Amino acid sequence: MDSTDPEIAKTQEERKKMEQQLASLTSLTFDTDLYGASDKGSYHTSIPANEDEENPDAMENEAVRKISSITGHKSVLKDIPSADNDAADSGFRKPQRIIDREDDYRRRRLNQILSPDRNDPFTAGEKTPDPSVRTYADVMREEALKREKEETLRAISKKKKEEEEAAKAAPEKSQQQKRRNRWDQSQDEGGAKKVKTSDWDAPDTTPGRWDATPTPGRVIDATPGRRNRWDETPTPGRLVDSDATPGGVTPGATPGATAWDATPKLSGMATPTPKRQRSRWDETPATMGSATPLPGATPAAAYTPGVTPVGGIELATPTPGALQGSFTPEQYNLLRWERDIEERNRPLTDEELDAMFPQEGYKVLDPPASYVPIRTPARKLLATPTPLGTPLYQIPEENRGQQFDVPKEAPGGLPFMKPEDYQYFGALLNEENEEELSPDEQKERKIMKLLLKVKNGTPPQRKTALRQLTDKAREFGAGPLFNRILPLLMQPTLEDQERHLLVKVIDRVLYKLDELVRPYVHKILVVIEPLLIDEDYYARVEGREIISNLSKAAGLATMIAAMRPDIDNIDEYVRNTTARAFSVVASALGIPALLPFLKAVCQSKKSWQARHTGIKIVQQIAILIGCAVLPHLRSLVEIIEHGLNDENQKVRTITALSLAALAEAAAPYGIESFDSVLKPLWKGIRQHRGKVLAAFLKAIGFIIPLMEALYASYYTKEVMLILIREFQSPDEEMKKIVLKVVKQCVSTEGVEAEYIRNDILPEFFRNFWVRRMALDRRNYKQLVETTVEIANKVGVADIVGRIVEDLKDESEPYRRMVMETIEKVVTNLGSSDIDARLEELLIDGILYAFQEQTSDDANVMLNGFGAVVNSLGQRVKPYLPQICGTIKWRLNNKSAKVRQQAADLISRIAVVMKQCHEEQLMGHLGVVLYEYLGEEYPEVLGSILGALKSIVNVIGMTKMTPPIKDLLPRLTPILKNRHEKVQENCIDLVGRIADRGAEFVPAREWMRICFELLEMLKAHKKGIRRATVNTFGYIAKAIGPQDVLATLLNNLKVQERQNRVCTTVAIAIVAETCSPFTVLPALMNEYRVPELNVQNGVLKSLSFLFEYIGEMGKDYIYAVTPLLEDALMDRDLVHRQTAASAVKHMALGVAGLGCEDALVHLLNYVWPNIFETSPHVINAVMEAIEGMRVALGAAVVLNYCLQGLFHPARKVREVYWKIYNSLYIGAQDALVAAYPSLEDEQNNVYSRAELMMFI
Amino acid sequence: MQASDRFNINSQLEHLQAKYVGTGHADMNRFEWAVNIQRDSYASYIGHYPLLSYFSIAENESIGRQRYTFMQKMLLPCGLPPEREED
Repeated sequence: MDSTDPEIAKTQEERKKMEQQLASLTSLTFDTDLYGASDKGSYHTSIPANEDEENPDAMENEAVRKISSITGHKSVLKDIPSADNDAADSGFRKPQRIIDREDDYRRRRLNQILSPDRNDPFTAGEKTPDPSVRTYADVMREEALKREKEETLRAISKKKKEEEEAAKAAPEKSQQQKRRNRWDQSQDEGGAKKVKTSDWDAPDTTPGRWDATPTPGRVIDATPGRRNRWDETPTPGRLVDSDATPGGVTPGATPGATAWDATPKLSGMATPTPKRQRSRWDETPATMGSATPLPGATPAAAYTPGVTPVGGIELATPTPGALQGSFTPEQYNLLRWERDIEERNRPLTDEELDAMFPQEGYKVLDPPASYVPIRTPARKLLATPTPLGTPLYQIPEENRGQQFDVPKEAPGGLPFMKPEDYQYFGALLNEENEEELSPDEQKERKIMKLLLKVKNGTPPQRKTALRQLTDKAREFGAGPLFNRILPLLMQPTLEDQERHLLVKVIDRVLYKLDELVRPYVHKILVVIEPLLIDEDYYARVEGREIISNLSKAAGLATMIAAMRPDIDNIDEYVRNTTARAFSVVASALGIPALLPFLKAVCQSKKSWQARHTGIKIVQQIAILIGCAVLPHLRSLVEIIEHGLNDENQKVRTITALSLAALAEAAAPYGIESFDSVLKPLWKGIRQHRGKVLAAFLKAIGFIIPLMEALYASYYTKEVMLILIREFQSPDEEMKKIVLKVVKQCVSTEGVEAEYIRNDILPEFFRNFWVRRMALDRRNYKQLVETTVEIANKVGVADIVGRIVEDLKDESEPYRRMVMETIEKVVTNLGSSDIDARLEELLIDGILYAFQEQTSDDANVMLNGFGAVVNSLGQRVKPYLPQICGTIKWRLNNKSAKVRQQAADLISRIAVVMKQCHEEQLMGHLGVVLYEYLGEEYPEVLGSILGALKSIVNVIGMTKMTPPIKDLLPRLTPILKNRHEKVQENCIDLVGRIADRGAEFVPAREWMRICFELLEMLKAHKKGIRRATVNTFGYIAKAIGPQDVLATLLNNLKVQERQNRVCTTVAIAIVAETCSPFTVLPALMNEYRVPELNVQNGVLKSLSFLFEYIGEMGKDYIYAVTPLLEDALMDRDLVHRQTAASAVKHMALGVAGLGCEDALVHLLNYVWPNIFETSPHVINAVMEAIEGMRVALGAAVVLNYCLQGLFHPARKVREVYWKIYNSLYIGAQDALVAAYPSLEDEQNNVYSRAELMMFI
Repeated sequence: MQASDRFNINSQLEHLQAKYVGTGHADMNRFEWAVNIQRDSYASYIGHYPLLSYFSIAENESIGRQRYTFMQKMLLPCGLPPEREED
């Protein structure tokens, strides 16, 4: 589109010049009061073809679209700060980091480590794998070891606890012990913490430390021969470990690495694990100096990551995992500010001083010999790694040539690097000579460059980089690619957008690499699995897509081999995500493929974790693929059914939950598959308590609806005993489940009303219909739903009878819950069951509840009131005086809210009042409302107008009091009100009066209203604008089109596009309602005004006009043809565009009515425009040609087309084929008769001999 | 691609060609177009029963035979494609 804009701009420019000359000549003057001083320069000079492309003032539009539901002054709306602006203003754009919105559980993803590559048995073939490669067996062994360690630790801590308890008896208890106690108590929660505990308190008790947390460094360091060293469990502080730790992972951090090598001892003693780093140290920025190795040194170091400060690195954990884990967002901000301040206060360099001072008159003195420069000593202190660090500390070399103001520019047009990127991309800043690097290094560099571009680059950079990565994926190789990409995804400061881009890279690369990804499957999973539990829906979808693609690329065997070890991982987080990943694999590769494996896992004897995860996989499959489980339902149920009797409580719970998920997915089919679990389930609910019971009940709740009526009734009675017992449970979760199950049981067919009434209702109402239930939103909703479901079975009277008294309860939330239930029940079932006594109580209660409401959310009460009154119908008659009395009294209330509610209530019950023949009462209310039209609160005024409208609608124009002739003049000034609600209700009312009772009002008043209405065309809400143009039509019908038309035509000269567009619509509507012949002469005459906007407006009106009048257009087509001829030959694009769309509507309207001569004539004018490039114009032209195809037939248009299909110029051919194609799509069959006859060539017969046949 | 094409069906010419086999493009030669014309014509003859019966009377063939012949003719309606000079 942009490419054509300059053209338009140019023509507009020329036109403007021309018009300025013209303007001085023309003597036309407009009423400047009405139309404002005519500054034509600011007029819009083009009208896009489509309605929806209008964009008034961008900011206005933006804000208004977002807050269209909010009403208020336009000026106020404009000032509403948008989030984007804020961010830009503050200068520190708040990046949307993923970590900021994650809870603790989700943050556990950062505890995961990228495991080393694994053996790919497919490529390896028969031969035994190289000992250096990790095979499946190795991984399994490691897992087993980990678990064993875990158990040992648990035993130790248990023992300790026992000892402690023994020690508790003794009065003297050291502080130390107290602390240990605290730590130890948190042990039962999960593996991670357990490790922490023991390590913290007694570091020497964890010999397996290293083994338990393989560092990401191993990814890179897994060179042949190393593995064995890793796998044995070194004692901490052993020298051997040192060279295996990968300082080298942070690119360019070589000095750090060597320094590390030199002092292996420290590593063993002082290495906190990544986990602990996150949870203990990093939350407090005070420890920053020691915990953030990289930027901790001088700013020089921060900018030139090549020189990594040694002290920092060695103090912290050497693993990049820890490095990543150690940055909290606060620290980063702090660092940024600090750096900023540092830069501003930096000492001036010699060059800068030279530039500042004049050359003569100054002398450069040597500093005194004793002077030692100390710059920002405080910071230096902070940066210095205080403890232990002395032997290793090196004074960073000062780099005099560095540039302070701007971060060092990345060479070769690379995008800006954030400080946190340096550890990954730092190497790119070293300006090494690329030729000197080895091919591998070059490749690595190339990958880094591309990734940086994808991550931080501009969209075009990103696009090309992404394409290059995809295209060269196989050339780069899976290893180098993933070794670069995956650590980036583990970066703690990753933002949503960055993650999305990197995940996209993985997706593309996966596609290309195909089976080459096999060794990296687990690594990828570690990074992608957290996406499956992300709170962002799109992240979850993205994660599923990647895993699905991954499993298609790697194959089932590899996927199982990669994920099997995680199934009984000690960390619940890992098991959870693995289960979800497995369900995705199942949906990608088919459930049958996975069934044997699932069966084996679910029956694992070794650990309950494996069984738990296996069953969870089934649950996740059910949730993920829904009703597609049906073919495999029986086998899935069989796989998990034994879990109901498992010795472990967690397994029993998850089994029941999985059954619930399966039943929910299968509903309403598949009950036969659940036969085998019915007995254990129903037996289980008698045996279990608490969580397990809740899960069992949930499963039952989902299974019962699948049953046939007879069985459902039997099983419901069985479960109901337990349910009724659990009604009293104080547990919130249990309450929700019980409510849900009751709802499910009650809604099944076989359960009779009598049973519910006698056995369930008393206990149900006693336990659940209490005030406390109204306080929690979810309980509230569930209770209302369940009660409504019960009411569907037992009828209105029973339920309403039980709760109607509660409408007068003193707690408002409770009253609201009662009201909502009554509303839903009455709407569903009507009120014929309600007897006279109950009716009285009901109305009384409703009135009470309505009057006593204080909260902001009035809708529940209003809806409830409306529903009950409407459903009672004529039975409300005796209560109406009372209701109206209340309304009247409340209309006079001091509080605006109360007045508004009263007015809203009138609009709800107006129809019923009419049914009750209370016209006099309504008239009275009408007068009261009329008196309140001076209301100053716009919200209330809007409601009052709405109430008036509903009364007018019901009793009609003639009987209305106050009479229409008094009412309307009172409304005219209100039309000026800019509040959206007022505008909408007012224009609706005025439109209704204009439609039905225009004769009650003098024409002059209507003209006045016409002028007011023009302002309404500016409204933002489409409904208001539409009502306005319709009102123009009604008014024109009432007082004749001439005056209205004059007003409208004058309005074509205004500047705002929206206003003009609406005016053209209004003109077309007036023409439609008053017949075109009353309007066309004046309209066509207006085309003579030498002003762009007016002429375009006329053309647009014509376009709308012919659209509205359809085949009536055949009488007018000859009249407007000369005008359209002129417009189609105009220099201005918009003229031609609008005329073309008029031609389109005209052609479509008169198709088949014998106007072909005129249409062919017009087609001759339209056709030369086919080479236009402006999108609006060309679209309009093409549509006009399509219209011609309909009106003239495809053959005629084909004949126009034939001349250019084989034109020597390609540009011409393209356009003609485009027309041919749309012709072909529209009327293929009709073309057969019209194709040209082609001459045969030597080998080919092109003639269609059949057409020559003749009988 | 032209800016104007971005919004209509021509924006995805490949898709268009896949969906409507008979549509053309600027690089289409005489032969390809003629093949489309012929096939469209035969399809039309077969599709309109009166036409089919007209042809069968003229050829003195049964309608079924005529339909079969037309369908057979759709295979290579213009003979083998001519050799391309460029390739």
